Amino acid sequence: MLMKAEPAMIEPAPVERPTPDADTVLYANRIEKTYPNGTRALDEMSLRVQRGDFISLLGPSGCGKSTLLKMYAGLEAPSHGHLRWAGADAPGKSGLKTAMVFQEATLMPWADVATNVRLPLDLAGVPKAESEPRVQRALEQVGLGKFGKSYPRELSGGMQMRVSIARALATEPDVLLMDEPFGALDEFTRNKLDADLRGLWAQKQGKLTVVFVTHSIHEAVFLSSRVIMMAARPGRIVADLPIDEPVRDEEFRLSARCADHCRDLSIRLLAASGGQLEHD
Amino acid sequence: MTPILKRPGAMKIVAPIACGIFMFLAWEILCRVTKVPIYLVPKPSDIITTLWTDGPGLLRALGVTLKITFLAFFVAVVVGVTAAFLFVQSKLIEASLFPYAILLQVTPVVAIAPLIIIWFKDPTVALVICATLVALFPIISNTVLGLRSVNPGLLNLFRLNGATRWQTLVRLRIPSALPYFFGGLRISSGLALIGAVVAEFVAGTGGTGAGLAYEILQAGFQINIPRLFAALVLISLTGIMLFLLMAWLAKLSLSHWHESELA
Repeated sequence: MLMKAEPAMIEPAPVERPTPDADTVLYANRIEKTYPNGTRALDEMSLRVQRGDFISLLGPSGCGKSTLLKMYAGLEAPSHGHLRWAGADAPGKSGLKTAMVFQEATLMPWADVATNVRLPLDLAGVPKAESEPRVQRALEQVGLGKFGKSYPRELSGGMQMRVSIARALATEPDVLLMDEPFGALDEFTRNKLDADLRGLWAQKQGKLTVVFVTHSIHEAVFLSSRVIMMAARPGRIVADLPIDEPVRDEEFRLSARCADHCRDLSIRLLAASGGQLEHD
Repeated sequence: MTPILKRPGAMKIVAPIACGIFMFLAWEILCRVTKVPIYLVPKPSDIITTLWTDGPGLLRALGVTLKITFLAFFVAVVVGVTAAFLFVQSKLIEASLFPYAILLQVTPVVAIAPLIIIWFKDPTVALVICATLVALFPIISNTVLGLRSVNPGLLNLFRLNGATRWQTLVRLRIPSALPYFFGGLRISSGLALIGAVVAEFVAGTGGTGAGLAYEILQAGFQINIPRLFAALVLISLTGIMLFLLMAWLAKLSLSHWHESELA
């Protein structure tokens, strides 16, 4: 359940007020997540995501980045604190269209690519006359315009992931939640898809907000306008770093500036984890 | 030209046929050499002759057995699928009823057939019920397994997109269940035939309603062993045909996507 009341605090924590700020798309106010078995996935944290941001949630396994994403998707609720979607207390009430891309392509193997991409529109009852051009446009955006009639098993892992992104784009989302979408792909395919994704986001010119979960520092730096570095046990935010780089191309990927950002983030994570990343 | 056995696909057809011909020849020769009496082991040629001469009678009996088999199979599919859908709707229904489905499965049909034959005067109805009981369980258990074996990621996707229970069932659960369902069909079709034959044995129905089991019983009493073998051959061939039919149905509906049916 979402808690409306603030949890009673003995020591006043830095207060973040639920503001009427129109540009705040996702607002997490002092949320915590503890699972019934006692696992503390997220320590108290607050985070404000602005409209048009490309945010990466970056951190090692167990830092709660996927948990936070699932909460944004409405698939899980925080144990304490509250979340707001454009001011509303549920993603469905906010008027925001939210789409999610999973770690795996998660396609229906019995349906062709076009049917897979059309699924969210079909479920929402969009008539075919309207949905079919949207599906075609989404497929073209990810470079698969000619593959509508193919079946998922006929495509490579990278192409399947593109289909899954097209499925999210077809809903014309305001918020795109991505849970380590390219984690299972080889580095070359991943770099290509990263560049394409960044391009798609840039095309939307501030209308599309992306929250991207990854455990690759380099990927986070390359993609994001803002990197949220998280540490594990318990999951918490250790750095919130804007990446002010207008151009994201191959040159930037290989540049010293990009490497510097990566180093900066690594050092912060190491410092926050007491010099070691894994400790049980 | 490549040798016939090296051609793709040919081996699967040629090899078993060659093996069969070899076995029948060996059987024929052994029988002729050792002069085994026909009332112990008939030669393949005797069986073929009997199949020809007794053909009309045996085929009529086969028709009766096939009718029971298909009716039972049909009822088992309808009842089994309905039960499976009920079971996955609620854990309570499944917890309450599933033990009884298992009870049906573990009770030997020979043991309950006499009771069913007493309760239902019409022999066809009694036999269909017996054979249905044998064929039912694989359909229920496989379909339940299939309806539950849904990719959790896809289930989340449907939830995120606000899918109704009905949409999730029709667009996700049923297609996911199909490969399992066809697996169940393959097992059940054979079991329906076995159930029909076993039930006929117990019922011992004679006259015009006699099935192949009755023909086997009679042939046994009369020590007409070639006729017994001929009836056996017909039952086996029927079983193989049923299996092939089910395999073909599965291929027809799954071949475009499921791993089990890809070439």
